[in-house]
Amino acid sequence: MSRLQNIAAQASADQRKLLIPYLVAGDPNLETSLSLMHELTNQGADIIELGFPFSDPASDGPVIQLGVERALAQQVSLQDTLELVRRFREQNQTTAIVLMGYLNPIEIMGYERFVATAKEAGVDGVLVVDMPPTESGSLHERLRQAEIDTVYLVAPTTTASRSAAIVERCSGYLYYVSLKGVTGAALTDHQSVAENIAALRELTDLPIVIGFGIKDADSAKAMAGQADGIIIGSALVAKIADLADTDSHDAAELAATCSLIGTAREAIDNLN
Amino acid sequence: MSEAEVHSIGFDGPDASGHFGPYGGIFVGETLISAVEELAEVYTRLSGEPEFWSEFDKELQHYVGRPSPLYHAERLSQECGGAAIYLKREDLNHTGAHKVNNTIGQALLAKHMGKTRIIAETGAGQHGVASATVAARLGLECFVYMGAEDIVRQAPNVYRMKLLGAEVIAVESGSRTLKDAMNEALRDWATNVDNTYYIIGTVAGPHPYPQLVRDFQCVIGREAREQSLHQIGKLPDALVACVGGGSNAIGLFHPFLKDSAVAMYGVEAGGHGLESKQHAAPLSAGIPGVLHGNRTYLMTDEGGQIMETHSVSAGLDYPGVGPEHAWLKDLDRVNYVAATDAETLQAFHKLTRLEGIIPALESSHAVAYAMQLAASMRPDQNIVINLSGRGDKDIETVARIEGIKL
Repeated sequence: MSRLQNIAAQASADQRKLLIPYLVAGDPNLETSLSLMHELTNQGADIIELGFPFSDPASDGPVIQLGVERALAQQVSLQDTLELVRRFREQNQTTAIVLMGYLNPIEIMGYERFVATAKEAGVDGVLVVDMPPTESGSLHERLRQAEIDTVYLVAPTTTASRSAAIVERCSGYLYYVSLKGVTGAALTDHQSVAENIAALRELTDLPIVIGFGIKDADSAKAMAGQADGIIIGSALVAKIADLADTDSHDAAELAATCSLIGTAREAIDNLN
Repeated sequence: MSEAEVHSIGFDGPDASGHFGPYGGIFVGETLISAVEELAEVYTRLSGEPEFWSEFDKELQHYVGRPSPLYHAERLSQECGGAAIYLKREDLNHTGAHKVNNTIGQALLAKHMGKTRIIAETGAGQHGVASATVAARLGLECFVYMGAEDIVRQAPNVYRMKLLGAEVIAVESGSRTLKDAMNEALRDWATNVDNTYYIIGTVAGPHPYPQLVRDFQCVIGREAREQSLHQIGKLPDALVACVGGGSNAIGLFHPFLKDSAVAMYGVEAGGHGLESKQHAAPLSAGIPGVLHGNRTYLMTDEGGQIMETHSVSAGLDYPGVGPEHAWLKDLDRVNYVAATDAETLQAFHKLTRLEGIIPALESSHAVAYAMQLAASMRPDQNIVINLSGRGDKDIETVARIEGIKL
């Protein structure tokens, strides 16, 4: 079993929900990202989704776009992101890291080199936002051979037959997009989330986690109650936006930036 | 799919999954997949119905003013000394460019799909105007995304869109140009996918856009083929068209692809020169990658970030190109070349002075290359240039470059 699968299995055995924060590598700079990743685990993150910057993030809302722009202003690349993971692994062997981003940087690096470097760095999973299963051919195969999980998205617009095909290829966890829109939008329709998750449960035993629109303890609690875990992205990136671009932030400042994750941890650990 | 099967597609792409060899495909977020699949389904059905095409043809004839003439540019030909140059006059279409052929077609699709809201991206504003025009014609709501930079550069077109009832939304993200406008349109579409139709302005984007935009633009090449046979008595020896996303070029080229004696030249925006890196010529100087829903040649750096492009013409200022062009390049069927800003401006003036036709700066790229090409050919040979748009929109740009205050 992979680290990612182990974490999910253990959480399930403990009846604990998965907490997955998202941040952009290099926002506001690589040193701060590394400190933030450690702080996120202190606050209870089980898995970290680490965004690698891309100039044209067409599925992201304004908050994450700005985070990506801050990273790109530092010229942070996919290669730098992989190096960040390697450095994180020097101190942390337990928290899973899922790389999240768009396909072009991986295409240009080359699938073979990407997979080899990711494996060596200690990446556990990869989620490519603009690569649906039908276009995932050889990258998917290479990741599988390297025992890196490939996470796919299911959206409210995904048809039942597509969902079946997606869960076939997906491993680690299934990412359920809670709403029609981009990251950071407001989540309003809790009813359809519950129905769609129930339908997905019929198709798969994969852990199902919900992302998009989760921004505080209340929304964390509401969504965690319906799934195996939650992802918090834009709300965290909005906090990171307030950090100055210096290499050294004191512990209190990092803790305050990530406190939303600690609050969410507490909320989802006390669902009843 | 095996390599042999991939290559057997030849000029008959895309395959059932939307690929032209290794290019094209559907690379979008999951939220949009069902929308592009629905569009592909509807298009496959409607494009098989003769009534759909007669509705389209009727609009082109009575609303757009087709067929557009094939005009023998005698004085320009004489000046170049060599092949006879003919202009396919897309500049005479309603709204002044080839763009409207596509927006008419896609607006019909939107109507058949029961969508009430149109969105579009635009660079120079030509596609935005063409989209706002058909939205007004059909009584649909229209929102046009345009880079904040381009809004400043193309103020008259912004006002035209507003007059037509469209809302123009300034895009402040990224490089604040066409590619960012396309990102923003994709975000809007993901959010309003239930009632919204996205009219993409060129032969790029996820399948089925490269196919359906091409099919709507092929009226250019079909007419040019017939007109050549009638007016010249034979097929032309060469076709020349500018390539940004590549919709006017594919529209002219496609009906001739199997005529192996007809040479084809796609002219990209060479900007300050290919070696300067300030250009918009992915086929001439880029590499394959993935952007805006398809795999194609891109202007991308070694880290996979999309590079900022430069061209004197806003309509060609885009870092990607339609996937079918990528495929035709690899097949060696079309020669992709570039014309610089300076060559383009020269051609703009030449055509204006010699023929009394002010060409769009986009189309002036094609004129610039065709003039060199003509000089290398014999007088009994013929070139057809796609004059894809008129230049009224560009006179301020030209004046500014030449230090003239209007």
